[in-house]
Amino acid sequence: MWDWGFALEILPTLAKAAIVTVQVTLLGFLIALSLGLALAAARIMQPWTAVPISLAVELIRSTPLLIQIFFLYFVGPSFGLTLDAMTAGILAIGLHYAAYCSEVYRAGFESVPRGQWEASVALNLGRWTTLRDIIIPQAIPPVVPALGNYLVALFKETPLLSAIAVMELMQSAKIIGSQTFRYNEPITLVGLFFLVMSLASAWAIRRVEAGINRRYRR
Amino acid sequence: MTEPMVSFENVTKRYGTLTVLDNLNLTIGRGEKVAIIGPSGSGKTTVLRMLMTLETIDGGVIRVEGEPLTHMERGGKLVPADQAHIRKVRAKIGMVFQSFNLFPHMTALQNCIEAPMKVLGLSREKAEARAMDLLDMVGMANRRDYYPSQLSGGQQQRVAIARALAMRPKVMLFDEVTSALDPELVGEVLQVIRKLGAEHDLTMLMVTHQMGFAKEFADRVCFFHSGRICEEGEPQAFFTNPQNERSRQFLRAVLEAG
Ligand SMILES: Nc1ncnc2c1ncn2[C@@H]1O[C@H](COP(=O)(O)OP(=O)(O)O)[C@@H](O)[C@H]1O
Ligand SMILES: [Mg+2]
Repeated sequence: MWDWGFALEILPTLAKAAIVTVQVTLLGFLIALSLGLALAAARIMQPWTAVPISLAVELIRSTPLLIQIFFLYFVGPSFGLTLDAMTAGILAIGLHYAAYCSEVYRAGFESVPRGQWEASVALNLGRWTTLRDIIIPQAIPPVVPALGNYLVALFKETPLLSAIAVMELMQSAKIIGSQTFRYNEPITLVGLFFLVMSLASAWAIRRVEAGINRRYRR
Repeated sequence: MTEPMVSFENVTKRYGTLTVLDNLNLTIGRGEKVAIIGPSGSGKTTVLRMLMTLETIDGGVIRVEGEPLTHMERGGKLVPADQAHIRKVRAKIGMVFQSFNLFPHMTALQNCIEAPMKVLGLSREKAEARAMDLLDMVGMANRRDYYPSQLSGGQQQRVAIARALAMRPKVMLFDEVTSALDPELVGEVLQVIRKLGAEHDLTMLMVTHQMGFAKEFADRVCFFHSGRICEEGEPQAFFTNPQNERSRQFLRAVLEAG
């Protein structure tokens, strides 16, 4: 049933794939965090963008990530957008989660009292300075837990990239399986990796949250 | 005749069908301290908010040292002002709010140096020196590194006054700045405003329910009712011998409430 020797033997291959999974996760989340913030900020700073942005967000949230990945990778070229699988995958995941993150940031912005904007006007601060120095530092701490949840969710969805043959953990395990006809070890190890990493990130997020509470919740 | 510091000329403000200010005319001289009193909902806050450019104007003109606030002159005609013009005129005005509105993620000192550094371009040293002078003036120098949540309401409001003054405004607006305070903290804030009043340059417009303070402090009292100035005059005369029936009613009601 379980062959320790085989498990050990495939470990280096899986470790390499794990690095790809982590890369996809971090880069995808970086896109989600920054684009999500940019979208939420645009809605505030340029009210006319609110309608197109909420349409785009709704579109992304109402279609499966797998289809978005396929769309970007296979349909992209007919729009002149040819990407390698890894780039397309990271971009698709990043865009998908940017839509979710932008809604989280929006809630954060809305939690900042109007008086903070008004005090900034009274001090003659520019709108961008107000956003950067006054509003964002108050809007983000309360939504860190929600953003953290999306980090874990995004991480757990990276195996979808195996569908366009990105050499992440799942794809690697599938290939090992099809070559050796042994699935127990690779799939179990991949599952364990996700379990450990998810628990570790959940713990790390709680630490960050506690730190933020100490620093900002005054 | 010297130019007035601020003038409202036939200013009208509406929210939907509700006319909140109806053809308001009000002229405030340089260094004058004006107390605005009147029942709740009479438009007192709206007057200050329009002057601070927190509200748009539906009719008329507000001028600050002769310059239209939300319009500018171009080719002899008044056109809607651009952002640069509004910011230039707005720089002359500071405001203190009923709910303090300090920046909660910044210390007292940081609250006071943010705008001088970012807007006026002061160096950190200059901004801190200026802020410390003002925090000292409001009796908060020893609390410079406290966050707003670590301060009492009265202390927060004194920091908010210092923060506004750090921009060196010519006109200071106070909107019921003691209304959110526990009674025992009202005095310390009024004391700071008294101190400021001794500075003859500063023009002050304050909405207040502290009749005793208005009487002793203001050069002029304006009594608002339903978006109009019903009666205005020198405080001594106004409080001892109000002419308008509505002012009399209002003062009677306030006195009864204690
Ligand atoms: N943003 C707003 N939208 C609609 N009505 C408003 C708004 N702000 C104020 N008002 C109304 O305008 C009137 C005057 O308000 P305000 O200037 O705050 O009065 P005061 O400060 O004298 O109590 C009130 O009837 C109030 O309900
Ligand atoms: Mg009011």
